[in-house]
Amino acid sequence: MGGSTGLTRNWDFMRQVGAKARQQLIRAAATRLEIPEGRCKTRTGYVVCDAIGAEIPYQDLVAEAAALPAIEEDVPLKDLADHRIVGKAQTGVGAKDIVTGRAKYGIDTKRDGMRYAAIARSPILNGTVKSFDASEAKKIDGVLDVFEIKGPKPNEPYQILASGVAVVATSTWKAFKGRQALKIKWEPGPNAEDSSDKFWAENKSLLSTKGQVVVDDGAFDEAMGEAKTHITHTYEVPFANHAPLEPQNCYAHVQEDRCHIIVPTQSPSGASRSANAVTGIPRENIHVEMTRVGGGFGRRLSTDYVAEACMVSKHTGWPIQLQWSREDDVKNDFYRPAGTHEMHAGLDGNNKITAWSQRLASASKHYRRPNVLDENLWKPELYSDDFPRRIIENLRLEYHHNAIGVPRGSWRAPAHTANAFVIQSFLDEIAHETGQDFLSLSLELYGEERELEYGNHGGPTFNPGRLARLLKFVAQEIDYKTPRKEGRGVGLATHFTFGGYGAHAIEVTVDDGSLSIERIVAAIDCGFAVHPSAVDAQLQGGTVDGLSTALGLEITVKEGRIQQSNFHDYPLARIAEFPSRFETHILPYDDIPTGVGEMGIPSAAPALTNAIFAATGKRIRRLPILEQLRVGG
Amino acid sequence: NGKPVSLSVEGDTPLLWVLRDELNLTGSKFGCGIGRCGACTVHIDGQAQRSCMTPVSTIENRNVVTIEGLAENDELHAVQKAWLELDVPQCGYCQAGQIMSVVDLLKRVPNPSDKDIDELHNNICRCGTYPRIRKAIHRAAELQGGKS
Repeated sequence: MGGSTGLTRNWDFMRQVGAKARQQLIRAAATRLEIPEGRCKTRTGYVVCDAIGAEIPYQDLVAEAAALPAIEEDVPLKDLADHRIVGKAQTGVGAKDIVTGRAKYGIDTKRDGMRYAAIARSPILNGTVKSFDASEAKKIDGVLDVFEIKGPKPNEPYQILASGVAVVATSTWKAFKGRQALKIKWEPGPNAEDSSDKFWAENKSLLSTKGQVVVDDGAFDEAMGEAKTHITHTYEVPFANHAPLEPQNCYAHVQEDRCHIIVPTQSPSGASRSANAVTGIPRENIHVEMTRVGGGFGRRLSTDYVAEACMVSKHTGWPIQLQWSREDDVKNDFYRPAGTHEMHAGLDGNNKITAWSQRLASASKHYRRPNVLDENLWKPELYSDDFPRRIIENLRLEYHHNAIGVPRGSWRAPAHTANAFVIQSFLDEIAHETGQDFLSLSLELYGEERELEYGNHGGPTFNPGRLARLLKFVAQEIDYKTPRKEGRGVGLATHFTFGGYGAHAIEVTVDDGSLSIERIVAAIDCGFAVHPSAVDAQLQGGTVDGLSTALGLEITVKEGRIQQSNFHDYPLARIAEFPSRFETHILPYDDIPTGVGEMGIPSAAPALTNAIFAATGKRIRRLPILEQLRVGG
Repeated sequence: NGKPVSLSVEGDTPLLWVLRDELNLTGSKFGCGIGRCGACTVHIDGQAQRSCMTPVSTIENRNVVTIEGLAENDELHAVQKAWLELDVPQCGYCQAGQIMSVVDLLKRVPNPSDKDIDELHNNICRCGTYPRIRKAIHRAAELQGGKS
């Protein structure tokens, strides 16, 4: 599942399933008691008929209920207020297995006859194997087979990410050791000169020319011409690695006419498609089993590791557990796209924003996706109906694609992480430069509650008044209006993400280049919270993810090679970076639940950088943050 | 986990992979292989250690406890209880390592302050359960009555 849709897509459907099952149990009880259905009702695990004092536990009725014909027509649903589980505090499913070490993840898979595999992948983007010498690797006791894995051609869709050499052994460690002993000569290929420096320079030069105009509301040029004040700033958002804590892995057993896959993935259908593409076995003969997943964040929407495991199993005929190392995972990813955003605003004599544009040069997420036309590469980068569309009348969005050879994909809340940072930062800059207060300016722009058309994922509508409510709430909680002393400051931000609404207020101190987050207030409006503890957990986790990534994480490229490799140079934040004053709030809205997995991230980073500005006067226009505080002071 | 184990593997094999591949104790997890994330944390003679960085040759005749051996009979350890009470896990992958690290932390500092936690607890949780981990550490200290 992706896009925070797990609950929303199934909510009405699952409620009907539950209601029909309950009705079926009532029917079975009424039949047994020979009374009309209408005289029976349910009460925590029992069908009861108070009039005759009957009480039958569900478990006694299951067989009879299952034997009845299924109810076709929709049945009335329980009132939300009457639910005993939905909307109430529950402990996570499987929590006890987790704390006792019994929960089974993909990496824990064991099957009879299983061998372990590791792959040495090209360290150069789109590089290939020129030649390899496996003689030392084969001397290692337990190494069973070594062979080449062919990657996709440059610019072809990715079945797998890279060419390489596979090592199959009797244990994970032996496969890793065998891989280390390989001597491989790589053919550099077309991307061997790619670098981050070149990427940012190319973006700058792309932005000096006119791009593809993808939204052009009102009369932008005229409005800019008439504006009394013009404000322009440029922001940069880097590539980021998903880094789920369980490195990619997959069990595959490819046989003559069938294939068995056991895999931690967000996409079982993708797993089946990958296995089919590699083996040619019809999908009805491909059996995919899902395990618990040690983190996804969008990485496990791709199923390249499934294709790899199938290639190795097909080649050897053995059941294979393919295991990636952390280094494999950092260096081979569908990274969050990087981009340069040039923002323009025009304001009239009353400091009202009358024109707005976002000009973006980025590495589109849809690069090398099958069946994507070049003219549509902008779509996953600029969500065309995001704020301030339909609020600022004269609005233009413009796009340039940078075709750097870094693979990219969906990273939790995809383009919202970049766009919320850019838009909420720019709004804060406009406020400061025109002597306005960020909160007042924001509230004026969002305005009253009303439904605006929203055609992107998370629509069909967007209610900016719900953002206003959240922003006011977090501002009040953190006592935004009270001035702080020198070196201390509060920042605010809010964003609409895939149907749900989030906001953050963050208070920081910056002392001689050293940043401390003193307090975090986060709020979510997900309509109706079905599982409040999980909603709260997602808000906490999303906030941590947004801040951790903004603080210190960046993937860079040099000579066609990803430069980071493990947690020493891709330093995910630890507990010490987050304050004990970490407050999360769920603001109920209506009875329609939205997703919750991604709403906690986008507004976290700009709330932090707005706070840093409030504390120091230093504007952070490029992520990640920490290096700039250290260097620039 | 209290039982003597004897097996023949190469001495440079990290304890983690012996536990996982040879002894089928898969509760200790592989996260980074360089001792940075702590998902592989076990107790060796009562002390928390990163098993991905511990060659098996160095632990001959020593007492190793993994997450599977933490609960005594069916009675969960106070840290496990606190983890359940505060519903800490999300994906759960790092939590065995978090718990093993915290059990050791509370032995050394039975009543840790927030600052102690910041200084002494450095396991990575990619899901960001840190706010609940912090609360659960305090709760576990309380359940243990401030004793190590």
